[in-house]
Amino acid sequence: MQRKDFLEHVAWTGAGIAYALSAGGLMTGTALARGVTGSIDFVQISDSHIGFHQEANPDVSATLQSAVNAINALPDQPKFVIHTGDVTHLSKPEQFGTAKDILSQLRAPLIVIPGEHDFIGQDYNSFFQAFPTPKGGKQWFSWDQNGTHFVALINVFDFEKMGLLGNDQLTWLKRDLAAQSRSTPIVVFTHAPLYALFPSWGWTTEDGTKAIAMLQPFDNVTVLSGHIHQVVTHQEGNIRFATADATAYPQPAPGTADKPGPLTLPHDQLLRAIGYRNVVLEKGHAAAIDDRRFA
Amino acid sequence: MPAAAAAAVLLGAAAAIPNAATATTAQTVEISGFAFKPAVLDVAAGDAITFVNHDQEAHTVVAQSGAFKSSGLDTNDQWTVRISKPGKYPYFCSLHPYMKGTIVVRAARGMH
Repeated sequence: MQRKDFLEHVAWTGAGIAYALSAGGLMTGTALARGVTGSIDFVQISDSHIGFHQEANPDVSATLQSAVNAINALPDQPKFVIHTGDVTHLSKPEQFGTAKDILSQLRAPLIVIPGEHDFIGQDYNSFFQAFPTPKGGKQWFSWDQNGTHFVALINVFDFEKMGLLGNDQLTWLKRDLAAQSRSTPIVVFTHAPLYALFPSWGWTTEDGTKAIAMLQPFDNVTVLSGHIHQVVTHQEGNIRFATADATAYPQPAPGTADKPGPLTLPHDQLLRAIGYRNVVLEKGHAAAIDDRRFA
Repeated sequence: MPAAAAAAVLLGAAAAIPNAATATTAQTVEISGFAFKPAVLDVAAGDAITFVNHDQEAHTVVAQSGAFKSSGLDTNDQWTVRISKPGKYPYFCSLHPYMKGTIVVRAARGMH
């Protein structure tokens, strides 16, 4: 369904969507009418590592800017853009500042969740000051939009376990999902992959299986993550997992190198290995995920 | 010069300068290929322990006990810590917690 058709569909069903933008441009609105089912499109970007300046990408600000420019040029603007973490490389104030300068140019509302590179020094405040959550808390959150239930989880709070949700978050998630009908499409965002994608490189969530068990009963679940700087898809029952490319630099495919870390490619190849992702959710269909590279 | 101080100079890096009270040495942990090298380092109390990151990726040095923690170490960044209390100090990288190391601190080599 194209956006135009969707708008007509909304008009036809008489449902309305309200948005409120905070001063920071963050989305704070929710669908006015629960149970509205139409389509929704949004964009995911990830792993910008602002401040990184090594050979794998000497100018990560420029490639994040490329993503913002490309998203702003989309004829149909996404309902929101979510950044799934590692906005900065070293959590430095000037790195948060640069990231905010670039990301605030987005025309669509912006949502940002943290990665472990945004919490260096065991400091959570710098991130949340730069990128407040829609409801202002320093934690996970969910919202409803166009008949879809979106959940933003944070699995980088614990420094000795990568990643970890923790019991408080799992308890919250259980309650949050209990309020949803099984046919409601669910989209979950995390930084580190929620399933054991490649645990020996830290590409996992140690208690992710508990969250996955809570998601299993739903008809249509999509889990979108970052952290590993490449697209890897995976299916468990009705749950579709897809990690995203970085805007900064790629990492080796699981097990193809001794260690993870920045993968240095010639510049033209770099631009074919980083980018952003467009996602369209239509009623009764699995999410259509379109990964778009810079070259 | 007592033998202990001479030994400290020989074992340590060139920066070690024994003074009248104690003889401390400079020790280095290299971070490369997502590993701390050496993984176990024996030092005397008060020794300067310098971590040098040779990876393109950033790393940190965080004691499990909370006794010390670095900021994010960029490529070629160095961070130095001195530990005065003898004991075993397991540490890890908070960005890659499977990267682990241990510093074993012995009582200082005293010179009186």
